[in-house]
Amino acid sequence: MRAQAVDHLSLLPLYAAAGAAVLVLLADLLIARRTATIATLAAGGLATVVCAIVTGDRAGTFCDPNGSACSWVPTPLAATAAVVFALLTVGVLALSTPSLRLGTAPVGEFCFLLAASMTGGVVVAYAGDLITLIVGLETLTLPLYLLVGLRRFAPGERVSTSGASASVTFFLISVISTAIALLGAALNYAATGALHFDRLIEGTGLTAPVATAGVALMVIGLAFKVAAVPLHAWAPPTYEGSPLPVAAYLSTASKLGGVLALAAIVTRLEAATLTAFLALLTMTVGNLVALRQTRMVRLLAWSSIAQAGYILAPLALGADGLEAAAAYTVFFVVLEFIAFGVVVALRPPGANGGDIASYRGAARRSPWLGAALVLSLAGLAGLPPGLAGLFAKVTIVDALIEGDQTWLAVVVAVNAVIALAYYVRVAALLYAGPPRIGIAVADPNLLESALNPRRPVTRAVAAALITATAAAVVLGFAPQILFDALS
Amino acid sequence: MTVALLAVLLIPAVGAGVLALFPARLDRTARLVGTIFAAVTLIPIAVLPFGRDDGWSVLSAHPLAVLPWVDLDVAWVPALHLNFHLGVDGVSYPLVVLTGLLTVLCCAYTMWRVPTGGSGRTLVALLLVLEVGILGTFLALDLILFFLFFEVVLLPMYAVIAGWGGEDKRRAARKFVLYTLFGSVLLLLGVITVTAAAGTGDLVQLTGSTELSRGTQYAAFALFAIAFAVKAPLWPLHTWLPDAHTQAPTVGSVILAGVLLKMGTYGLIRIGVGVTPLGAEWAAPLLGILAAAAILAGALICLRQTELKRLIAYSSVGHMGFVLLGIATLSATGLQAALLGNVAHGLITGLLFFLAGTIKDRAHTGELAELGGLRETAPRLAGLLGFAAIASLGLPGLAGFWGEAFAVVAAVQRGGGLWLTLAVLAAIGGALTAAYFLRLLRKVTHGPAVAVAEPYAITRTEWLAWSPLVLLTLAVGVAPSLVLAATSFPVRALTEALR
Repeated sequence: MRAQAVDHLSLLPLYAAAGAAVLVLLADLLIARRTATIATLAAGGLATVVCAIVTGDRAGTFCDPNGSACSWVPTPLAATAAVVFALLTVGVLALSTPSLRLGTAPVGEFCFLLAASMTGGVVVAYAGDLITLIVGLETLTLPLYLLVGLRRFAPGERVSTSGASASVTFFLISVISTAIALLGAALNYAATGALHFDRLIEGTGLTAPVATAGVALMVIGLAFKVAAVPLHAWAPPTYEGSPLPVAAYLSTASKLGGVLALAAIVTRLEAATLTAFLALLTMTVGNLVALRQTRMVRLLAWSSIAQAGYILAPLALGADGLEAAAAYTVFFVVLEFIAFGVVVALRPPGANGGDIASYRGAARRSPWLGAALVLSLAGLAGLPPGLAGLFAKVTIVDALIEGDQTWLAVVVAVNAVIALAYYVRVAALLYAGPPRIGIAVADPNLLESALNPRRPVTRAVAAALITATAAAVVLGFAPQILFDALS
Repeated sequence: MTVALLAVLLIPAVGAGVLALFPARLDRTARLVGTIFAAVTLIPIAVLPFGRDDGWSVLSAHPLAVLPWVDLDVAWVPALHLNFHLGVDGVSYPLVVLTGLLTVLCCAYTMWRVPTGGSGRTLVALLLVLEVGILGTFLALDLILFFLFFEVVLLPMYAVIAGWGGEDKRRAARKFVLYTLFGSVLLLLGVITVTAAAGTGDLVQLTGSTELSRGTQYAAFALFAIAFAVKAPLWPLHTWLPDAHTQAPTVGSVILAGVLLKMGTYGLIRIGVGVTPLGAEWAAPLLGILAAAAILAGALICLRQTELKRLIAYSSVGHMGFVLLGIATLSATGLQAALLGNVAHGLITGLLFFLAGTIKDRAHTGELAELGGLRETAPRLAGLLGFAAIASLGLPGLAGFWGEAFAVVAAVQRGGGLWLTLAVLAAIGGALTAAYFLRLLRKVTHGPAVAVAEPYAITRTEWLAWSPLVLLTLAVGVAPSLVLAATSFPVRALTEALR
């Protein structure tokens, strides 16, 4: 029995992410200052970015001594995903600073859980077998159950249980979905004996139905994580109940993890029909329900469900659609982060997303924030000036038509039209004039600005937003950067 | 020369960026700066024809249907077969000039009068962004790039209507943006279908090539035709147009009718006929029938209109019908008639919307029944309106005549029962056009005078904005070769590619 050779260089991103989590814990314990803890996590996240870039594309490690199958596979996609995970973690941390300063959550715990979740994300990105994948996915999700419900209330503040109920909803659904995915993996293993992605094969002979059932269960279990219809119902209440930055994390990083996990299965095993069906339902239902939303976060939640449908569509092509799906996910994640970032900046610290109607005229009061939100909404709708979003749509339509799934491309196109209806409604509201009220007012604008005081945007939030917007603009003008990074 | 090509797009884009950074209190200065940027854009546009050198290339061994005078080709996103390929030739140049001109006029007009709703600075910035999108569409020689610029105009135009429009602006703007996005997603599908099948999106390579299979061409042309028919708009997909026009501010209507609609007809010629000629041939009879229906429907609806801007908007449906009829004949005469009709409609309808906007602003109503006696209260304005209406109904000697007459001639030349019938129907439609414009004149300029709040005298800015349109309408009417001079070769190459 020979010990496995371990290539520590390829494990660097994991060391950096896990190290960040440990350091955050120690910093909280030993220094016990808010700024130090936050700085540690930020530094750890950036170190993870650097390590992922340094590691880049290498041979795998934790390999089977007899064959090529590895459990840790640094591919370009994995490196890109790890970079995105780490950057999102730092970004969400930046968005949380106003509420952390207010004390709505214990800083040490918050930062440690976020770092732990980032570690899970990195593991998902590099995972080369089913067990590593599911462990990574659980490490990604587990801290989020707590983060969703982690809310301290000031002495005079009205205590709300919405966070706790969101947390419980999320926990129950997630645990069930993991159980389903595990059952699927077990059935597949029983039928084919394969755990490594390289060795996943279709079942043959007597055990074929067992293997097929296993694949279907895995896809269904993982579809919960990306909130694909009909397995989506947990997402809107969970996003609505969680603190805004955590909702941002759920709809970006957590969704990216789910997409990677799902992609790992469907690009290697035959699940095209099921995936296409999920994609069709997800985008159509997501967009139609989003039309009727009146709460900001719920609207973003439903829109992100619909976006998951666009991501699933190229995955129905199997391995051919992987790059398109990954590219779309990155474009989407950047734009979605901007949207949540602007919502955080426009709302008081620790508040929820509020009604859409309360954003009336926000862009006239804060032109830059308004411009950023319009950029992100236009991008999510796939229109200029959100060029990143336009290229995202072009990418998946291109993949679908080249993969002879023209009907799915048509569905995507029709959905883009439906989606524009609600994006444009929000964007127009941002610039709308003061509402007409029953009584005569000498200067409605003055009254409006008195009722909606302009809130200063803290430096961390501004930095996160500027970085994300710059990223969206750069990706919009030079999307080839992303395509090069992914291949 | 490529610098000029790039400058055509960069100057208005930079202008819009500069305006966005202007402080709100310097609104008037900002509008002036925007107008200067729009005017400066005309310089590279004027320089472009000097790059023309097709004396020898016409006789060259590789007769390409698209032979740009100036050409700029840089790889942009290789993963999506997207090249930043710009170029200008005889087909696109008149439209490029028209766009540059109308933008300057609209910006100058905004110097004088900012419609209520928002700041003039933002409106001028949006006009410049619109100019970038429209010019980019006319200059693009790459399918995906074309689509990209086609999309650029959507949200700015939405903002112009929703921000500065009339009472029912939100609904009109939403209808506009959803309808036209529906068109452009079909365009996306068509564009990707072609690039996926051919492995390139380069229009120079694709035009007149025989690489695409018959089936692909049919499918792609069907998508293109619907996409461009929404934009043009072709009856029965025109229903967004009257609302958008009625609610849009004057400058919005001018840009919308003057050049935005041309993106549809231009796309149909350059991409529909150029890239998928077999598909065009296959669908030509249907397009012809719809075009004739559009002419008749447009004219009949106009006869029943009671609102000034709505009437002019519906008249666009009829005029675009003539343009589409010209394209549907797929003959050199027809395509040239279409190109000429495009430019003429841009000039005349631009002028008509300016005039309608002025009349509406001063009378505070656009209802024909409540207008009247303009001849007495404002003889000059009445004269101009008469001129524009007569130009629009296609009086020989003015710009509107050539496009419409030769669309009918082309249909007759094409021969056969169907085309002859269509020609007759179109001619009847032309007569009806005369009827509704004369009705318009009878109601607005004649009849008892209505007391008005504001004086009707035409200001200097208005003269400045309108006189180029009046002069060009006359010039193109007398010498249509101004527009057609450079089109004969590309059009011949296009129609030869059909055989």
